[in-house]
Amino acid sequence: MTTHEEMTCRELVDVITDYLEGKLSKKDRDRFEAHIEECPYCLNYLEQMRETIVTLGALREESLSAQTRERLLEAFRDWRGPA
Amino acid sequence: MTPQPQPEQALVRALVAGEERAFNELVGRYHRSLIRLARNFVHSDVLAEEVTQDTWCAVMTGIERFQGRSSLKTWIFSICANKARTRAERERRTVPFSMFAAESGDGQGPAVEDRFPGGGSWTAPPRAWEDPQRRAISLELREDLRDALEELPERQRLVVTLRDVEGVGLEEIGRLLELSPGNTRVLLHRGRTLLRTILADALDAVPAAL
Repeated sequence: MTTHEEMTCRELVDVITDYLEGKLSKKDRDRFEAHIEECPYCLNYLEQMRETIVTLGALREESLSAQTRERLLEAFRDWRGPA
Repeated sequence: MTPQPQPEQALVRALVAGEERAFNELVGRYHRSLIRLARNFVHSDVLAEEVTQDTWCAVMTGIERFQGRSSLKTWIFSICANKARTRAERERRTVPFSMFAAESGDGQGPAVEDRFPGGGSWTAPPRAWEDPQRRAISLELREDLRDALEELPERQRLVVTLRDVEGVGLEEIGRLLELSPGNTRVLLHRGRTLLRTILADALDAVPAAL
């Protein structure tokens, strides 16, 4: 079995999305995690990437304006006819 | 009091029965997402609104035939994507082709983090952000991120929005947008990379450089 090449910071940044999406090969995942253990900068980067993603998820909390909701419900009632 | 989201089967039954509160819940959940989705195909807010209205009509007329092979959300998103695509095609015939060519929206060019002289290690490493657990996801941060999303090239914005805002799976995104899996991941990667940088700047951290 060939020895694993160490992952550089540059490579880590390139493959980080594949890592987070679970698309890396086992070999590359191991290399990635070995590098993270040794490199606080890349660890920061990974945590920031995760936080960015979590914050994006928080954008979903936008609620429908009352006006838009009422308009849609009226269209629904028109479409449905008498209940 | 926020209503509890109904388990999906019960929701579908209520929709089939024409219950207004079920429709109310559905639009609350997805209307804005559908507008965002449509907006990435058609080129005006007005058209996106129309496409979304058409989508709701199609959902209600088709709900009896919904068999639950995919999730309700996926089904609704598919209807919207198809309608938006069709509408965009129709609009395209009245607009010069060159306008759309320029907006291919893949964001060609080097990734943002592509400043690695020689070595491949960080020259200016990312500074740690304030402990995220201490800093709640503030309104300001969400606003910054919303603005940042607007700055992304169109297709990166669409993929990131579907994946990270709406929680749609990668395979599903590929089908919705007619992209290969590789292409989907590249767009996601570029979009997230750019957003992280913009957020870092917004949080006053020094932009990282490799």
